[in-house]
Amino acid sequence: MNLKLNIWRQKDSNDKGGFKTYQVSDVSPDMSFLEMIDVLNEDLVKKGEEPVHFDHDCREGICGTCSMVINGRPHGPKQGITTCQLHMRSFSDGDEITIEPWRARAFPVIKDLIVDRSAFDRIIQAGGFVSVNTGGAPDANSIPIAKEVANEAMDAAQCIGCGACVAACKNASAMLFTSAKISQLALLPQGKLERQRRVEKMIWQMEAEGFGACTNTGACEAECPKEISLVHIARAHREYIAAKACSKNV
Amino acid sequence: MALNSKIPEGPLAEKWTKHKFNIKLVNPANKRKYDIIVVGTGLAGASAAASLAELGYNIKSFCYQDSPRRAHSIAAQGGINAAKNYPNDGDSVFRLFYDTIKGGDYRSREANVYRLAEVSNNIIDQCVAQGVPFAREYGGLLDNRSFGGAQVSRTFYARGQTGQQLLLGAYSALSRQIAAGKVKMYPRTEMLDLVLVDGKARGIVTRDLVTGKIESHSAHAVVLATGGYGNVFYLSTNAMGSNATAAWRAHKKGAYFANPCFTQIHPTCIPVSGDHQSKLTLMSESLRNDGRIWVPKKAMPGLTAKEAVNIPEEERDYYLERKYPAFGNLVPRDVASRNAKMVCDEGRGVGPTGQAVFLDFSEAIQRLGKEVIEQKYGNLFDMYKQIQGDDPYEVPMMIYPAVHYTMGGLWVDYNLMTTIDGLYAIGECNFSDHGANRLGASALMQGLADGYFILPYTIGDYLANMPYDKVPTDHEAFKEAEQGVQDLINKLLSVNGDKTVDEFHKELGKIMWDYVGMSRNEEGLKKAIGMIRELRESFWQNVKVLGANEEMNMTLEKAGRVADFLELAELMAKDALNRRESCGGHFREESQTEENEAKRIDEEYSYVAAWKYQGPDQEEALEKEPLVFENVKLTQRSYK
Repeated sequence: MNLKLNIWRQKDSNDKGGFKTYQVSDVSPDMSFLEMIDVLNEDLVKKGEEPVHFDHDCREGICGTCSMVINGRPHGPKQGITTCQLHMRSFSDGDEITIEPWRARAFPVIKDLIVDRSAFDRIIQAGGFVSVNTGGAPDANSIPIAKEVANEAMDAAQCIGCGACVAACKNASAMLFTSAKISQLALLPQGKLERQRRVEKMIWQMEAEGFGACTNTGACEAECPKEISLVHIARAHREYIAAKACSKNV
Repeated sequence: MALNSKIPEGPLAEKWTKHKFNIKLVNPANKRKYDIIVVGTGLAGASAAASLAELGYNIKSFCYQDSPRRAHSIAAQGGINAAKNYPNDGDSVFRLFYDTIKGGDYRSREANVYRLAEVSNNIIDQCVAQGVPFAREYGGLLDNRSFGGAQVSRTFYARGQTGQQLLLGAYSALSRQIAAGKVKMYPRTEMLDLVLVDGKARGIVTRDLVTGKIESHSAHAVVLATGGYGNVFYLSTNAMGSNATAAWRAHKKGAYFANPCFTQIHPTCIPVSGDHQSKLTLMSESLRNDGRIWVPKKAMPGLTAKEAVNIPEEERDYYLERKYPAFGNLVPRDVASRNAKMVCDEGRGVGPTGQAVFLDFSEAIQRLGKEVIEQKYGNLFDMYKQIQGDDPYEVPMMIYPAVHYTMGGLWVDYNLMTTIDGLYAIGECNFSDHGANRLGASALMQGLADGYFILPYTIGDYLANMPYDKVPTDHEAFKEAEQGVQDLINKLLSVNGDKTVDEFHKELGKIMWDYVGMSRNEEGLKKAIGMIRELRESFWQNVKVLGANEEMNMTLEKAGRVADFLELAELMAKDALNRRESCGGHFREESQTEENEAKRIDEEYSYVAAWKYQGPDQEEALEKEPLVFENVKLTQRSYK
């Protein structure tokens, strides 16, 4: 099939950037979306033009590196997958496809489709862990955890930190990402001891990074490639209120 | 230099305990006087950086990804082994040790493997304490499943995302130390050279992948946790960015490279669909618990999965169940892969390319019901459908082997130190524990064993003898290394030929797959060496790298990595040529039994082949570390 691509090109973080149009031909339906861009890039290099820079690594939907807004939707038109798992059989001959980077103040563009997501790392550094040093952990079976609880913690823990939730949100809120970690650790007995400190610090950091407020529209859940539920946002709110009620950090 | 593996004296089961007592300690107040560089943030790198920082050392941690959480350990699906024996099915430290030695076809060190099995249980405890949500039974205790090459259930898992959950655990520990100021993190930064001062590893030179800035970092010891080199083959299950550059450049500075020809070809990957293919996707080995592998008894070229449903039972050849009744579909990876290649070479392969076999769940769905299968493998089935467009609940999957893991790597002694003083290699980056073939669910175990429970002890033994003074980064050794890096970049940018980096990489991959892949022979290997040399020469005359160093430049990054693959590839072929026996994943056609099984030649090849770099375009020199087996009896592996 033949396609027309409108791709966001931006030299670096100081450049204003803009769309540029490219034609690609003989695209096979078995190609992945990123392989289609690979083909375009090979052509560009041959012509002496700079290839389109985009983030990608594992190409199997788990590392969370790839990050493209395709026709207005983070990770493209399909539910529950990342850009690297999107295949060209989801498009038709003659389609026009617009490709942009994540757009959020807290995710500044580095180049073309690549953004800086280090804000997510800083949110985890603020408290997204259990404070145990290596060594001295009790036997793994010493604290039984109900299967349902472990499963729900796992649902939250599946977050790949890609940032699609932020890109989808009209306020560029990072609440789904932040709450997924808060919720996972609040559910598990190992994480419960620090739950108050954790939620306060992580939410504070999230706000300091310049992410917007959550207004529960649910766009994040709809676009999340791991289909992480809004339930975790609700749990994080509950954790936050409980922590604030007895907080010493007023 | 004679290789000294520094294996402690004494009975196998006491070696590690005794060694921990005998090695020197650095007192808590002095630890903060030492700086350690850790390159790579996968399971080994993140766990090492976090654990060393907790002890009090000052850590600088580097990764090429935009965040340490994205290292390719994240993609491991199936699970992690440990000798907990929770299922009460006869497992023990010794059995895990024995299975790993046997699975590796007796080409690994007894002492290292025993230690690995010994600390395996601590890993599970540690990860649970971090909040890793492993799968559990209704009673709240941890669940286990079985894996290839073992007859007990010892694999802990978190759905099909075990690597992700373990890595996020290690990443959270690392994040905690970053927040505490004990780790300085450098994401989007690539190590391009190792710096030696007075023969000791004292730092690295890096390139900032956003600005192109070349920078030096000084330390008292350097740890490489940079993963494997499977991407030499172009197509593999590795991440696109996985590369050998850090390890290879350390090799060129004096670190021996051990068993480079030992690569693992994983039997259950989604087959190649065309020339555009950029990587291969693994389908977890756990699928072999319930899936049955078959091809038609008579060649049926182009047979599709939809047509396969109508092939009657008597016309199907479940070749693994037929040839290996004891293990059936759960034979080790090398055996399963080689047999898939054999049936395809016979013309009985299926699908549009004839390079695939069926993995069929219809019998399991009948026996257990669709719901049970969905619970066990739902996410894998969805992934398959997404990529292939076929529904595995209705028709069989098509699979074919793909390059997955490299058992070879930098040579290390029992302390995980390379042949360069103060340079350590951990995780997939070293060669130490898997011999000629790695068992499923053992890579995660080894990465975390090295990082959490081994290196934090052994590195102290070295540092205790080091003076506290730091080498300034304007030292001449650093300046020289920086200049070398800059020169190489300038050289890449100035060729301005007419072939892209990917074109070279694809050509290299094809040579490696055809001649240094699942089946190797003398003629082919010699031919491959010639072809690789020609391709390397052509690369330096015809490669086209656009842009400049002082910007984000992904073509330039890739060009440097491919330049290193072009050198490493030759060493892999050379090592494969030298080892005129079959063992594990290394199958030499000249050395097989009457039944076409791998035939080891213990009298001649029971050694680790460690290669020493001797200068550009010089032949590498081979040093042998003999392997001594005192606790297991060497037998020809049999899974029948």
